[in-house]
Amino acid sequence: MRIGVVTFPGSLDDVDAARAVRIAGGEPVQLWHGEGELRDVDAVILPGGFSYGDYLRAGAIARFAPVMEPLLAAAAEGLPVLGICNGFQVLTEAHLLPGSMIKNDHRRFVCKDQRLRVENVRTSWTSAYTAGQEIVVPLKNQDGQYVADASTLERLEGEGRVVFRYVAGNPNGSRNDIAGVCNERGNVVGLMPHPEHAVDALTGPGTDGLGFFASVLTGLVAA
Amino acid sequence: MSTDTVERAARTPDVPQPYAELGLKPEEYERIREILGRRPTSAELAMYSVMWSEHCSYKSSKVHLRQFGDKAPRTDALLVGIGENAGVVDIGDGWAVTFKVESHNHPSYVEPYQGAATGVGGIVRDVISMGARPVAVMDPLRFGAPEHPDTKRVLPGVVSGIGGYGNSLGLPNIGGEVVFDESYQGNPLVNALCVGVMRHEDIHLASARGVGNLVVLYGAKTGGDGIGGVSVLASETFDEGGPTKRPSVQVGDPFMGKLLIECTLEVLGAGLVEGIQDLGGAGLSCATSELASNGDGGMHVRLEAVPLRDATLTAEEILMSESQERMCAIVSPSKIAQFLAICARWDVTATVIGEVTDTGRLVVDWHGETIVDVPPRTVAHDGPVYERPYARPAWQDDLQADVPDHLARPQTPEALRDTVLRLAGSPNLASRAWVTDQYDRYVRGNTVLAQPADAGVIRVDETTGRGVALATDCNGRYAKLDPYAGAQLAYAEAYRNVATTGAEPLAVTDCLNFGSPEDPDVMWQFSESVRGLADACLELGTPVTGGNVSFYNQTGDVAIHPTPVVGVLGVMPDVARRTPMAMPAQGAVLLLGQTHDEFGGSEWAHVVHGHLGGLPPAVSLRAERALAQVLVAGSRERLLAAAHDVSDGGVAQALVEMVLAGSTGAAVSVPESLDPFVFLLSESTARAVVVVAEECAGAFVALCEQHRVPVTRIGTAGGEELAVAEAYGAPIAWTVDELRATSEATLPALFA
Repeated sequence: MRIGVVTFPGSLDDVDAARAVRIAGGEPVQLWHGEGELRDVDAVILPGGFSYGDYLRAGAIARFAPVMEPLLAAAAEGLPVLGICNGFQVLTEAHLLPGSMIKNDHRRFVCKDQRLRVENVRTSWTSAYTAGQEIVVPLKNQDGQYVADASTLERLEGEGRVVFRYVAGNPNGSRNDIAGVCNERGNVVGLMPHPEHAVDALTGPGTDGLGFFASVLTGLVAA
Repeated sequence: MSTDTVERAARTPDVPQPYAELGLKPEEYERIREILGRRPTSAELAMYSVMWSEHCSYKSSKVHLRQFGDKAPRTDALLVGIGENAGVVDIGDGWAVTFKVESHNHPSYVEPYQGAATGVGGIVRDVISMGARPVAVMDPLRFGAPEHPDTKRVLPGVVSGIGGYGNSLGLPNIGGEVVFDESYQGNPLVNALCVGVMRHEDIHLASARGVGNLVVLYGAKTGGDGIGGVSVLASETFDEGGPTKRPSVQVGDPFMGKLLIECTLEVLGAGLVEGIQDLGGAGLSCATSELASNGDGGMHVRLEAVPLRDATLTAEEILMSESQERMCAIVSPSKIAQFLAICARWDVTATVIGEVTDTGRLVVDWHGETIVDVPPRTVAHDGPVYERPYARPAWQDDLQADVPDHLARPQTPEALRDTVLRLAGSPNLASRAWVTDQYDRYVRGNTVLAQPADAGVIRVDETTGRGVALATDCNGRYAKLDPYAGAQLAYAEAYRNVATTGAEPLAVTDCLNFGSPEDPDVMWQFSESVRGLADACLELGTPVTGGNVSFYNQTGDVAIHPTPVVGVLGVMPDVARRTPMAMPAQGAVLLLGQTHDEFGGSEWAHVVHGHLGGLPPAVSLRAERALAQVLVAGSRERLLAAAHDVSDGGVAQALVEMVLAGSTGAAVSVPESLDPFVFLLSESTARAVVVVAEECAGAFVALCEQHRVPVTRIGTAGGEELAVAEAYGAPIAWTVDELRATSEATLPALFA
């Protein structure tokens, strides 16, 4: 199973995402922002970082990268896509996912081990979890406050598209404690916390993040 | 204004020049005229003035720093020593590590965010210049009184600058220090450490060899920021009411910094680079003169080729600009196309600005006219050297005679309980999470230990688990009481911290922060600190690989506490064996080392009595070595469930930190021979608290006996509270929740 990891200028957690894929038993494939091809991958991860420095608005420039064109088309066809942190921001800027991220309500960068509840286990990236399961993965960002208008929030809640919710305290002021959402089909998932940093107990808070990568690999085998 | 060419300078020897305004002394200016056989051009004067500044030339410290070479212990581990951008150490299996700590004190006081951010950027570029991939950063920070309004301006800015730059660069921040003391009120210390990793064969040095090879400037365009920053900012104290000399502090662009790392590692990896140097203090003046004097001796630069952000810059300003995120590489003409292609792929501007020559001269042209023609060594290496006068301060004896014996000590269980709690919540001992949670500690996925661990631990080789540990330490109060011992205590604590995680200490870097070298009192503190550190490094076999001196950290006549920050690097064959500090659910709690009644310069005397006097705790390097051997062997043999160094705040604070890290209590009792207060709060050195599983206790005690390390069982791990069986007639205890609430409330209350 080939899982592509896109490197934009300013991507930082691309090596971590590739390692997580490897640990879960997949084959990571590097995708370069400047090349408009997906190299026959079976799924794509947009990793964390500060693409183009995030000087304009997080993810706002990266969405115009050549690699995004085939990605948008493939996502519409059902290709599993995971956006982590800056990758989530890119997905919202590209309108693959609804809502947007603004500065944390406390205005500081925050790095902490965050408890999440998995609300939706029918997506490409969460099928290995059980509904309501609580997991701990690192959260680290400056612009992590999820916002959307009332009707969008209502629709997301109504359609069960809130995939992850912060528990034991909202770390950034996100609406409805939302940590991650998915598209209608459930193949595109974005979240602010970093599951790729929770795949080895030696270097992370545990291995709770492995389920993301196991989910997509299992789903691909089944398909 | 017409260009001040070499030809014009020769023709007009008597033109008055503003050497004094540029920080040069009359005799230094005379020497430049002697070297050149004429007056310098204004561009040459600019170059000499920045390169001969204290910051770049080490003119006051050089004669003392020689001890680090003269007393260097014999070791095969040192691959590159002092004098290069950063030292390089062999950590085994063909891996090499480079690490260095530098100061960015003065810019961070003027503009906390950018000063701290560019401090990180600068040290990271030093590490890339050696051919290494930067893998982690640490920041030893010192601020004035925590409740002072200016501390509330400086600290949040510095912390967010370090985070803003380091987080965006994708480097985990694995530790450092946050220390408060009134002596730093007008002179906060912002030191930055970076560690990088490479294979032995990938080491690169700053030299321009091969006549005809091209000089390539790449990275950010050159602007007006930081002009004169080095010579003016770093060499002037902040005198109240004095004339303002505040040129713009450099502004960092971490995004460009990240591109520069990836682009540089790719051109180095492809074998396209003959020599490389980063542009830091003194910008192009420094890079060109150092590259030329370390190589074949000549270089010809066409300055108008330098890409500018501000087209109005003069030639002198371009030479002095400290615009960030720039590098200079020496590239063979046959490889230049490939070099430029890689830069283009990373969207990094790269420009050929000159070539290597065999003339022995550094020649700089500006639109066809020669404005610099100098022997490069005279700029880069043959600056002035001063034997500054130094003398033991008149007040030193009185300070040492003011021993803390008369200070009132807690005599009841209630008073002792309150004292321990008060210290746990005091600004220097309370939880650092409010600061360190603003730094990314996870990125790159190799962080095995980070703050609040004794040392940061980074995995270098994912296959074997080989890794390194790093700690920085200094207690400026100790150094004030006795600078020789203070430097050794700083070193001993960092050495002990590294060993506590299970790593074998290997090498040292230092950042020597002091007041004005023109004050004989300060110069004595400096010379004593260097002597102390060099002696200690020789005795324990860890060479100083490089570092930095920061003078003029004083306001008016009042200098900061002497603050020789010492960073120790250790190596671990397998990071999976690292010893954590968290109190486990069970096991025997042991105290290693000997406890004496030592409170001079202690956190207790500082917090409770505002007292600084007497002598710091006694140094025993032999005991430190034996303790380290036990801690390293205990880790390798898997005997240790937890370990934590005993330092500021004594055994009580060590236990509090272990309990908080593990969310698990412990029950301890005061050894019969000790007074409860002395047992809990003395800061005697060469000690650690460890926890071993009951079934390992016998083997561990035998290990201690083999190394002659005193070992005392003080209790048992587990439970919901930290309890002392009996102190002054009754038991005392603190719940884990109470300790956490106290420890975690302090910094947010002050700065959030």
